[in-house]
Amino acid sequence: MRHNRSIPEINAGSMADIAFLLLIFFLVTTTMDTDKGLLTLLPPWSNEPPPDIDINRRNVLDILVNARDQLLVKGKPLDISELKDLTKKHVTNNGIDPQYSDNPQKAVVSLKNDKGTSYNMYISVQNELKAAYNELRDEYAKTKFGLKLNDLNEAQQKEVKEFYPLGISEAEPEDLGGAAAAGGGK
Amino acid sequence: MPIRKKGTKATPAISTASLPDIVFMLLFFFMVSTTMRDSEIMVQIRPVKATELTKLEKKSLVSYIYIGPPNQQYREKFGTAPRIQLNDAFSTDKDIRLFVENERAKLDEKLASQMTVSLKVDKDVKMGIITDVKQELRKANALKLNYSAVPRTEALK
Repeated sequence: MRHNRSIPEINAGSMADIAFLLLIFFLVTTTMDTDKGLLTLLPPWSNEPPPDIDINRRNVLDILVNARDQLLVKGKPLDISELKDLTKKHVTNNGIDPQYSDNPQKAVVSLKNDKGTSYNMYISVQNELKAAYNELRDEYAKTKFGLKLNDLNEAQQKEVKEFYPLGISEAEPEDLGGAAAAGGGK
Repeated sequence: MPIRKKGTKATPAISTASLPDIVFMLLFFFMVSTTMRDSEIMVQIRPVKATELTKLEKKSLVSYIYIGPPNQQYREKFGTAPRIQLNDAFSTDKDIRLFVENERAKLDEKLASQMTVSLKVDKDVKMGIITDVKQELRKANALKLNYSAVPRTEALK
C-alpha cells in the first residue's frame, strides 16, 4: 500500500542565515596571516669541536657584531648599509685584490655576534648577507640563462647555487661586552 | 505596444534565492585560505623587518617559538625579561627538545624531516637567549629554521 502524498518542499529560506553563522564563526576563529621570514638551515649538532679546516685567511670575510650593535668587518668598523656591497665585492673578487677571496666557491663569510647583540641587528646583518648572495645569483642567472633565479628550472638553479654557494658560518657568540647581563632585564 | 506610464509599476522584490550560494562561496573561501588560530601569544612581539623573505609554504609543517617580554597581565608573575613561549606556556630553553619531539610526533613520518621551526622574536631581545634556543634546536635535530619577519620598504639607516 502506497501513499501517494507529494513530499512538501523544504523551506530553504533559513539557509542563508545558517551559512552566515558558519561564515562568521570561521572569520572569528581563523587567522589569515601568512608567515614570511628568512629561511636558514642550522648545522647538525655534534659534540666534537669543529674540525680545524685550513682556510686561507683571504677567503674569509670576518664580521663581528658587538653588544652595541656595531659592525667590525675585517677589523675595520663598517656601516650596515655598506655590508651588502662589501660582501659582493668579497665574493666576486676572483683573486684580484689580495684582501678578498680567490673565487666565489671558496669565499666564506664568518659571522660572530655578542650575546648582547640585539635580534634586530642580527636579522639586519643576515638579511644583508642573503641579499648580497641573492643579487649575485640573480646576476649570474641573467647572464647565463637570461632569466631570474626563481624562473629557472631545478637543474639550472642548482648550477647557479653551486657557482655561488651560500658560505655563511656562524661562530658561537661571545660575551664580550657587559651589556648582555644588563640587557636581559630590559 | 502602449507606453506604460511612469510610476504605476511597483518595484519587484529582489530575489534572495542566490544569497545562500554567495554566502557559501565566501565561507569556503575563508575555510580554505585561513588557518585555525593555534595559540594565544603571551609575549610582546614587535616583528623585525627584512627584505629577503621567503614565504612558508606548508603551515602544518611549521611550529612556532615565541620569544619576547611577557604581556602586561603576566608581568607580575613572570617579570619583564624576555621569555620563551612554547604552545601556551612560558618555558625555558631546556623544554625545547621535548617540544620539538612532540611537534614531530604530530606529523606524518614522511614529512617529519621537513618540519620547520619559525622563530617569532621581539626586535629588542638579545642574541644570548636566541643562541641558546638555536643550540637546543640543533640538539633536537630540528635544523630548518625560519626567522619570522615582515617586509621592509624603506632603506637601511
